[in-house]
Amino acid sequence: MKTKDFYGIGLPGVELSDLPGKLIVIEGADGSGRSTHIELLRNWLEQHGMAVVNTGLKRSTLVSEELTKAKEGNILSPRTMSLFYATDFADLVESQIIPALRAGYIVLADRYIYTLMARDLVRGTPISWLENLYGFAVKPDAVFYLRVSPHLLVERNFQKNLTLDYWESGMDLGLSRDLYESFMKYQRMLLRGFADMQKKFGFVTINGNRSITATQDDLLKRVRKILNE
Amino acid sequence: MISMGTTKTKSDGTGALRGRLIAVEGLDGSGKSTQIHLLYRWLQIEGYKVFITEWNSSVLVKQAKRRGKKEQLLTPTTFSLIHSTDFADRYERQILPLLKAGFIVLCDRYYYTAFARDIVRGCDPGWLTNIYSFAVKPHIIFFFQTPLEVALSRILSNRPRLKFHEAGMDMGLSNDIVESFKLFQNRVNEEYLKMAPDKGFTIIDATRPIKDQQDEVREILKEKIDLPAYFWRNPK
Repeated sequence: MKTKDFYGIGLPGVELSDLPGKLIVIEGADGSGRSTHIELLRNWLEQHGMAVVNTGLKRSTLVSEELTKAKEGNILSPRTMSLFYATDFADLVESQIIPALRAGYIVLADRYIYTLMARDLVRGTPISWLENLYGFAVKPDAVFYLRVSPHLLVERNFQKNLTLDYWESGMDLGLSRDLYESFMKYQRMLLRGFADMQKKFGFVTINGNRSITATQDDLLKRVRKILNE
Repeated sequence: MISMGTTKTKSDGTGALRGRLIAVEGLDGSGKSTQIHLLYRWLQIEGYKVFITEWNSSVLVKQAKRRGKKEQLLTPTTFSLIHSTDFADRYERQILPLLKAGFIVLCDRYYYTAFARDIVRGCDPGWLTNIYSFAVKPHIIFFFQTPLEVALSRILSNRPRLKFHEAGMDMGLSNDIVESFKLFQNRVNEEYLKMAPDKGFTIIDATRPIKDQQDEVREILKEKIDLPAYFWRNPK
């Protein structure tokens, strides 16, 4: 069993020895198929007798309610939002992820620090500040980034929600007053952010432009490899 | 320290800002709030552009903070992060705009409070320094130094209802809340004293009479800050 590590300074009073579980992260924009693929992975894992915990951003109970309100009202400054998200994420790590790993679960995380970092990076926050901030995050066993072209993302978002989300379109950045234009620009910026991070954090890019079955087959092959390690 | 890309101020200096930032720090019961209030009244009555700010929270952050504390959901890391969220909100909505507008801003507690308290709880000093690097360093940091016993007796003689985190009960120092408060304050005091030389605290002996302390504080202000530059341009 590989021992787990923190990305940086870690959590006061928390040891990472003896965590037999696996942490698998799925990253990608809204409409990249994250939840579909997580569901399919979960089915496969449980079918094969492995205990699974689903987790993801904004699922902690500490501040998520307030985060949702803040997003509706656009009343907090970018840095306040970014620290609010970090608080939420730290709670997630301490109260859900680490206990589940300790109990030997496979933890499937619907997004992780990379999404949070990418959002802040495009808003001008230096990477060094973010890396320090998220030094308490546990290094996942694998990170799969579902890369989908902005054109396809738009279509899938319309299919799902009938409209484009204010935040997913980066409207707070004032890139364009046109929602569609802003969405395309913002998603391209995020793609670049993820491309920059890919090497540094060693995540695997999965081509999400393909059909669900083709993408899932690819993903599953890689997950099985990790489970055999 | 690393400066943030989004603010056009250096983290080590406040050159780009017209305003002046004065912070007071010290233990609960050191009398710092009384002193900053008197300083505020003086500047206000003399006709300077001055603003006083406490560590107040925005409604949203306050809600989350209250729940976290009440239900004791907070670990050292989340305790620290939720307070930095709070600070960022206060800083970006209030302190920074005032400094840009050329005010003298008086802060009852600044990020040194968070440093002292969070380091006691086991957070890494470098981690904390980097998180708070978006905020400017104050022009003057008054540290009201009191022997621990004096500060404790001032607080405890009022028979306060100590709060769980305020007393450091989350640290398991003692099951008795008053005892825990004493032990916790002692450790916070040690951190303050360790920080004092590095962070350039101006130490005020807080055992002296209130008026003597205030006279000293005002003298230091007159010496370090070009006060006439902060008169209202259009007298009220």
